[in-house]
Amino acid sequence: MLWNTILLSLRELRRNVMRSFLTILGIVIGVGAVITMVTIGGGATLQVKEQIASMGSNLLMVSPGKRFGPGQASGTILFKEADVEAIAKEVSSIAALAPVSSQSIQAIYGNQNWTTQVTGSDNQYFRVTNRSVKTGRQFSETELRSGAAVCVVGETVRKKLFGGQEALGEKIRLQKISCEVIGLLQGKGQSTMGMDQDDVVIIPLRTLQRRIAGNQDVNLIQVSVQQGASTDKAQRDIQQLMRERRHLSASEDDNFTVMDMKEIANMLTGTTQLLTALLSAVAAVSLLVGGIGIMNIMLVSVTERTREIGVRLAIGALERDVLLQFLVESVVLSSCGGLLGIAIALSASVWLAAMLRVPFVFNASIVVISFLFSGAIGVIFGYFPALKAARLDPIEALHHE
Amino acid sequence: MTNKNALQPNNEPEKHPFIEFEGVTKVYGQGQGAMEALRGIDLRISKGEFVAIMGPSGSGKSTCMNILGCLDTPTSGTYRFRNVDVGRLTRNQRALLRRHYQGFVFQGYNLLNRTSALENVELPLIYRGTSGRERRDRALHALETVGLKGWETHTPGELSGGQQQRVAIARAIVTGPAILLADEPTGNLDTARSVEIMELLTSLNSDQGITIIMITHEPDMAAYARRIVHFRDGLVASDEPASP
Repeated sequence: MLWNTILLSLRELRRNVMRSFLTILGIVIGVGAVITMVTIGGGATLQVKEQIASMGSNLLMVSPGKRFGPGQASGTILFKEADVEAIAKEVSSIAALAPVSSQSIQAIYGNQNWTTQVTGSDNQYFRVTNRSVKTGRQFSETELRSGAAVCVVGETVRKKLFGGQEALGEKIRLQKISCEVIGLLQGKGQSTMGMDQDDVVIIPLRTLQRRIAGNQDVNLIQVSVQQGASTDKAQRDIQQLMRERRHLSASEDDNFTVMDMKEIANMLTGTTQLLTALLSAVAAVSLLVGGIGIMNIMLVSVTERTREIGVRLAIGALERDVLLQFLVESVVLSSCGGLLGIAIALSASVWLAAMLRVPFVFNASIVVISFLFSGAIGVIFGYFPALKAARLDPIEALHHE
Repeated sequence: MTNKNALQPNNEPEKHPFIEFEGVTKVYGQGQGAMEALRGIDLRISKGEFVAIMGPSGSGKSTCMNILGCLDTPTSGTYRFRNVDVGRLTRNQRALLRRHYQGFVFQGYNLLNRTSALENVELPLIYRGTSGRERRDRALHALETVGLKGWETHTPGELSGGQQQRVAIARAIVTGPAILLADEPTGNLDTARSVEIMELLTSLNSDQGITIIMITHEPDMAAYARRIVHFRDGLVASDEPASP
């Protein structure tokens, strides 16, 4: 019986191929947009995660100031080298830690100049941030202790200042000091949010403190936790230690932040996910509009086919048969729209992913959900027109012009 | 669901007339504007008859046809079809009566356009739940009966008026109905085509024993019937055998 009804509906849709196609266009676009958004969003999230993983897993960032809320700028107490030493000594599960201070400074070589991030740190920095020196060498003990004018240069800076020329042994000017290039960093490539990880010059911390910043401050401590050790525990230990060192009473909030790479990752992926959700919601609205389009056409169709419905009722169709026929028509329509939308979305996603250089992540659940949703739209928006058709009075319907 | 038992005559249908109108009235509207379409019709039609219903427009013959076809119910009086009181049936039960016992032919053919003759004829069988092969065979046979063998794949747009009416008749008889109700079946056709249709109806009546009730304006067409009922002002004005 149901099969016969489906047969009737398919015959009906076949009579009006062009109109059927236009009717489902809204659903096609809606489903297509939702799936494309979610797929591209998923790819972007994955990419962010991968990039953060490349920055070094089990990394902790200790930064001054409260995490959120007001009062962050004023009254922030920066770290001193003593804090770094204390953490290194007291917290057991640490593999490496590096004090970091940085400033944005114009680097000059000959007639070339380039504004870059100058980071003062020590050799541990390379380990903590998963960087390595490609050619040349790291800092020597003496250079670190005395604050010598030496630097290790990132790939972007090398290209901007030296072009094809040899950089090792040359001197670049950073504000008042003239710095010898002793090493070149292995390129790391683009990072998250378009930040170039290779646009960096590394000098000994003491050099930055004494000869550029003119203070004893450490802006940030980067900590790498031992493989297999709990980052949560290390995080708690550092927090405890810093609270003691800063003499914070139990009622006071931390005036520093220990952040896990996982949290940073969550923060960033959270942003992408929120954006994906918002865009998908907009797309979902268009799906709803598509549903209204189907209802509109089904209502027109019922009016247009009134006479035909009258004939059907006269030759023995029950109300139920007519209701079911129109309902099946609308569900078949919207499901076809869904399928077409899925096909379009997947090809568009593959193409867009290649264009935007994000990985293509096939999300099976959103495909299934979109398909079921488009079917459901057919039922919901097809029901009212179908009911209208089924309730027609056969005599009036037969005399309808 | 088909609940066919409710539609079965309660005892020995042969002892009762096939169709029986008893004081049937039909009033449209209410109060001041009420319009009496039928004002008390008594009519009996037996199995196998070929009846023509004639009368000026507004005489109530269409209303009578609607009630005969279980599309409408009397305001008062009773209409028994195979000794079942149709007035007491629900809309669905009346639809089942049509599905199982009645065939309709309309003045305007009322075929589904852009649908082949075969699929048009199959339609009532689809509602009956007749499946696949049997449905196709019966539809082909019905088309052959009305003389349209070889035209199965043509759509109404590709057929002449006479041919379309033949398809409509095939659709009406494909279920093997007990009664065929024809509402001015020749109203849109020229004389030659009309005669062909009337001859077809006559043969269906005499060869297959299908009871036929037909509304017509034209005395020439009514002459094919064996009994002519005249309606006037909602009443039966005359009821007599057709002159040979």
